[in-house]
Amino acid sequence: MNFDKELDARGLNCPLPILRAKKALGEVTSGQVLKILSTDPGSVKDFAAFAKQTGNELLSTAEAGGEFTFFMKKK
Amino acid sequence: MDTKKMAIIATKGTLDWAYPPFILASTAAALGYETQIFFTFYGLQLVRKDLSVLKVSPLGNPGMPMKMPFGPKWFKSINWNMPNAIQAIIPGYENVATALMKQTIANTGVASIPELRELCQEAEVKFIACQMTVELFGFEHSDFIDGLEYGGAATFFEFAGETDICLFI
Repeated sequence: MNFDKELDARGLNCPLPILRAKKALGEVTSGQVLKILSTDPGSVKDFAAFAKQTGNELLSTAEAGGEFTFFMKKK
Repeated sequence: MDTKKMAIIATKGTLDWAYPPFILASTAAALGYETQIFFTFYGLQLVRKDLSVLKVSPLGNPGMPMKMPFGPKWFKSINWNMPNAIQAIIPGYENVATALMKQTIANTGVASIPELRELCQEAEVKFIACQMTVELFGFEHSDFIDGLEYGGAATFFEFAGETDICLFI
């Protein structure tokens, strides 16, 4: 999937992946896509909840070998 | 849509209890909430310039696992809980427990309290310190970080009365 910015939040724990993502989304424009890497298992539900509450669209969530990849489109 | 609001009263002044208010406030801010924390009684320690005053004590805290943040896995999984009476007579026990907890925090990728507090400030979480407890405990305004407002219960209610979420921690 194409993306405009990447955030490496691997090794970080709650709530840092969300806070960093919020900051990174502030650095892209509406409609652009942020790719987020995380190793926090809690971030799966958290990014879904973040998207739901902020209106940014969670395009996909994937897991491979304990690493999570999210694509989020800025509102 | 109106902006959602959250108010927190932070009343505890230990390293472990410093987490809930700062985690919730920074996350609420990231979700678009207008957020305010009212620091009162021991919670005032969380807005001191010097955060090294924050300690954690396993004494009288049966819920706290005492595990080592280093060594092989089998060693790290040992729980070193000991009777209160023994904890109480070991000099520096609290300092050791605090140092071990800070190491565990760093090992697990959990943010430090100074970092979380700064993230709250960057996200414009409003900090209010209880003026009455500042005087009660003999603090000076110069003991606290810049950007604090000082007020009392009525100041808290002015904002809290309009919130969607209001927590006492």
